[in-house]
Amino acid sequence: MIRVEHLVKSFGTKLAVDDVSFTVERGEVLGFLGPNGAGKSTTMRIITGFYPPTSGQVSVGGFDIVESPIPAKRLIGYLPENAPGYADMTVYGFLGFAAELRGLRGSAKKQAIHRAVDTCFLDSVLYQTIDTLSKGYKHRTCLAQSIIHDPDILVLDEPTDGLDPNQKHEVRGLIKRMGENKAIVFSTHILEEVELACTRVIIIDRGRIVAAGTPEELKGRSQLAGAVRFTTHSASADALRQKLSPLAARTEVLADDHGRVVMRAYPRERGANMSLVGGVADLARRENWTLDEIHVEEGRLDEVFRSITLPDTVKVAA
Amino acid sequence: MNTVAMQGTVKNMNAWTNIKAIMKRELGGYFTSPVAYVFLVIFLLLTGFFTFTVGNFFERGEASLVSFFTWHPWLYLFLVPAAGMRLWSEERRLGTLELLLTMPVTTWQAIIGKFLASWIFLVLALALTFPVWITVNWLGNPDNGVIMAGYVGSALLAGAYLAISCMTSAMTRNQVISFIVSVMICLFLILAGFTPVTDLLVRWANPVFVQTIASFSVMTHFEGFQRGVIDLRDVVFFASLIGFALFTTGVVIRGHRAG
Repeated sequence: MIRVEHLVKSFGTKLAVDDVSFTVERGEVLGFLGPNGAGKSTTMRIITGFYPPTSGQVSVGGFDIVESPIPAKRLIGYLPENAPGYADMTVYGFLGFAAELRGLRGSAKKQAIHRAVDTCFLDSVLYQTIDTLSKGYKHRTCLAQSIIHDPDILVLDEPTDGLDPNQKHEVRGLIKRMGENKAIVFSTHILEEVELACTRVIIIDRGRIVAAGTPEELKGRSQLAGAVRFTTHSASADALRQKLSPLAARTEVLADDHGRVVMRAYPRERGANMSLVGGVADLARRENWTLDEIHVEEGRLDEVFRSITLPDTVKVAA
Repeated sequence: MNTVAMQGTVKNMNAWTNIKAIMKRELGGYFTSPVAYVFLVIFLLLTGFFTFTVGNFFERGEASLVSFFTWHPWLYLFLVPAAGMRLWSEERRLGTLELLLTMPVTTWQAIIGKFLASWIFLVLALALTFPVWITVNWLGNPDNGVIMAGYVGSALLAGAYLAISCMTSAMTRNQVISFIVSVMICLFLILAGFTPVTDLLVRWANPVFVQTIASFSVMTHFEGFQRGVIDLRDVVFFASLIGFALFTTGVVIRGHRAG
């Protein structure tokens, strides 16, 4: 539904987006990750037709956003960054305005407003003006605006920004549900959000895509991924380390108190984690160690994110 | 052929419904805030003051509204930029510009919708001066055709100033700057054809040059309406001034987005 090809956007001499390409199909939720100023919002503004691209192409539902912006924009629901709204309008009036610009009239308009109000829990503030709303309500009002015409494509710029933990949970659930039959792009810098709601992730830094894949794939790029962590009382840390050295690339003692040792062993090569956990289990049986706990680490997204987007750190080998 | 024609009609209908929706919102915006009421009261008080006190309405002993219309270019100089300064700068300040322009509407529909809403508001303010018209009809027998022409001219004048305010409003997110710049441009459009100024200029400049400059002035073109003449050339002047200013508004808005 969304196809972005070699997108470049520069403001004067500053390159905000540098050769970004990706596609999003129906049924996919694409998470857009990146540090502040990485070019997430700029990319979204180009997709929604607010900024024209410097070069490259964006097509939305088959319509080129530059050549035929109106049919393309009809397909999109957009929540801009900071959730803007007309300060002196009521929530109801604002949603009515959005519905009218989406071509909804009469009873269709009323129904659309009520559906969006129900989805975003806005009943209690329906006749309040937007400037009197708290940040969470303001955000949800703007979100309601973006789904008022039940669009095929949703572009959400930091949809959970400024919400409390319960509201965040609601919105994530909403994105996940809607993602089943829509194409959704959303940006965030909350990593757990990506794991909970996305089917695919793109990490963007200084205008470039630096990593892409499913959340699992990205987590697999973590140094932690595939490491085996276990707890035992049966042997000292030194003894364990010595016995494990033929199996693991290196080992790390996470805790050592009163004979209880928590240790992490890293596999010699990526993808060999299953043999490592098997090896550790075999070793424990031979040596008669009792393992209180053993598991294979999945890898952590925040670690991947940091190692990719922080300059001057050792890059994770891909 | 038929489907193409139908698509064309649908397109035009869409354009109009979009313009209407934007217009409705903008007009509603005036009346849900105190701005509209403050503006109307000040406008009516000032027109009354200038017409009856400064303009010597009664002492003239004429059944006409000359003393009423003469002041309009000066009154509008401050009041119209005050009404128009928020049009686009407010959208930029609130960030709603992004919302509006990512809706399936064209920039032109947005510009025209917002402009028409403010113009309707100004014409409404002008229409509320009807007691002056009633007064002059009650006291004597004025030529109501002349008065009608005066009103048409005044509405066009307000539209021209408004289009200029629209343009300066698109240039900045600061309403004060928008106000000051549009007052300066409107002041120039007055002074270029203001008789005391042109009389002064004629002493040292080429009269043809002075006349050319004066032909750009709203004063030159507003005069005819006050005398009851609706000259097509004057109408075209105001219409093209509005067209030019709104076109520039579009260019400015496009410029912000292109970066």
